[in-house]
Amino acid sequence: MIETIVRPLLIIAAAMGTALTTAAGLIWLERRLLAVWQDRLGPNRVGPFGLLQVVADMIKIFFKEDWIPPFADRPVFVIAPALLVVSVLMSYAVVPFAPGIVVADLNVGLLFFLAMVSLGVYGLALGGWSSNNKYALLGAIRATAQMLSYEVFMGLAVMGVVILSGSFNLQQIVRAQEGMWFCIPQFAGLVIFLIAGFAESHRLPFDLPEAESELIAGFHTEYSGIKFGLFFVGEYMGITLISMMTVILFFGGWMGPLLPPVVWFALKTFVLICVFILMRASLARPRYDQLMHFAWKVLLPLALLNVMVTGAIVLAFD
Amino acid sequence: MLSILRAIGTVLRHTFRPRETIQYPEQQPYLPPRYRGRIILSRDPDGAERCVACYLCAAACPVDCIALQATQDETGRRYPAFFRINFSRCIMCGFCEEACPTLAIQLTPDFEMSEYRRADMVYEKEDLLIAGPGKYHEYNFYRVAGRAIGGKDKGAARNESPPVDVRSLLP
Repeated sequence: MIETIVRPLLIIAAAMGTALTTAAGLIWLERRLLAVWQDRLGPNRVGPFGLLQVVADMIKIFFKEDWIPPFADRPVFVIAPALLVVSVLMSYAVVPFAPGIVVADLNVGLLFFLAMVSLGVYGLALGGWSSNNKYALLGAIRATAQMLSYEVFMGLAVMGVVILSGSFNLQQIVRAQEGMWFCIPQFAGLVIFLIAGFAESHRLPFDLPEAESELIAGFHTEYSGIKFGLFFVGEYMGITLISMMTVILFFGGWMGPLLPPVVWFALKTFVLICVFILMRASLARPRYDQLMHFAWKVLLPLALLNVMVTGAIVLAFD
Repeated sequence: MLSILRAIGTVLRHTFRPRETIQYPEQQPYLPPRYRGRIILSRDPDGAERCVACYLCAAACPVDCIALQATQDETGRRYPAFFRINFSRCIMCGFCEEACPTLAIQLTPDFEMSEYRRADMVYEKEDLLIAGPGKYHEYNFYRVAGRAIGGKDKGAARNESPPVDVRSLLP
């Protein structure tokens, strides 16, 4: 009884709690880190180190007017932000936080993750479409094109890992890194996966769907209040998710000396989240055609080459 | 590709740079003496009001926030009966200071003048008038101007000769 019901429920609650609190905490972390790299201080007034800024932001966004424009497609408009958040949250089900601590130990965990990340594009596309606004629509078109082209080789980039570990199960992938983390033999795969991850979570430098300077706010131009907040929760949970997956696939997941596995997992994820924010602080947004060019003409062949070379080497040595 | 890595490196190095932020209420920023903040009315070195109520500041004011009324004392010296600046309208442009012929009205490096009630933003003459000469320590309008007032006749000003009767032939 305890093993079959209470334990999974506890893990689900813990996973949900982690996802949502990190998403909220990332608001603060991002602002502070951006400030560090721009010679500023960032929010430091509310609570110790400005940590309660998160609470202040939440309260503010909850009390904002939740306005649905009269020209919007109402049901789709309402459901779009939820779609994005749900699709990201679903992926957390297969993330192994520590040995045995995973909501659903699927033997196709990696495929499930890729599928759920692909579903995220519906949130953006429907949100932009139902807003009935040209900027939102342009943002949605860009989001769709960008996420479709980048998820092609996001899947291909991790195939090297799958070849090396011989499994789609994320726990077994982590266990296969006992001797050496996959970031060394699969360095090309790591770089390609990270770039695709930036694009999938539509973060700078790949934030073309939002592109404040050209599209106002892109696909969420017409959103306000808690729906707008949900889009951001989705974005921050996406960052955390991509960081977690990178840790699992390339940096040995929970493995590490001395400290308990969960702490190692959290530490590695934290470092990768900081890398995400560092990219935002240092890189400029490419033009739309450069983005597509980079995806199809550079990264896709590289990913294919990586899979072929890895496969050939594994075949030769077995 | 290399330029991207260099950009990331440059940004990372900024972690250890000193911060630009001045934590305002605890840490006061340095404001230069010419900073255009709260407006004051100064006095000349003798302690009398500099303002001669010429209305030039009120005319120069682009937002019409200065109101005053001229009057004279028994010695013929002009001064404002009331002088009112509505700081809820004032845009701190400094045109009044430029227009003032007697260096009476001056802008100071002080901006902390928030109020809870709009009516409190209206400063009367007693709020504006300060005890000292402000930015110009020596200047005294009536000591250099030709106009006669009580205690100083025509020609008694600095760098001024007594008036000549041009209709008389006598040397």
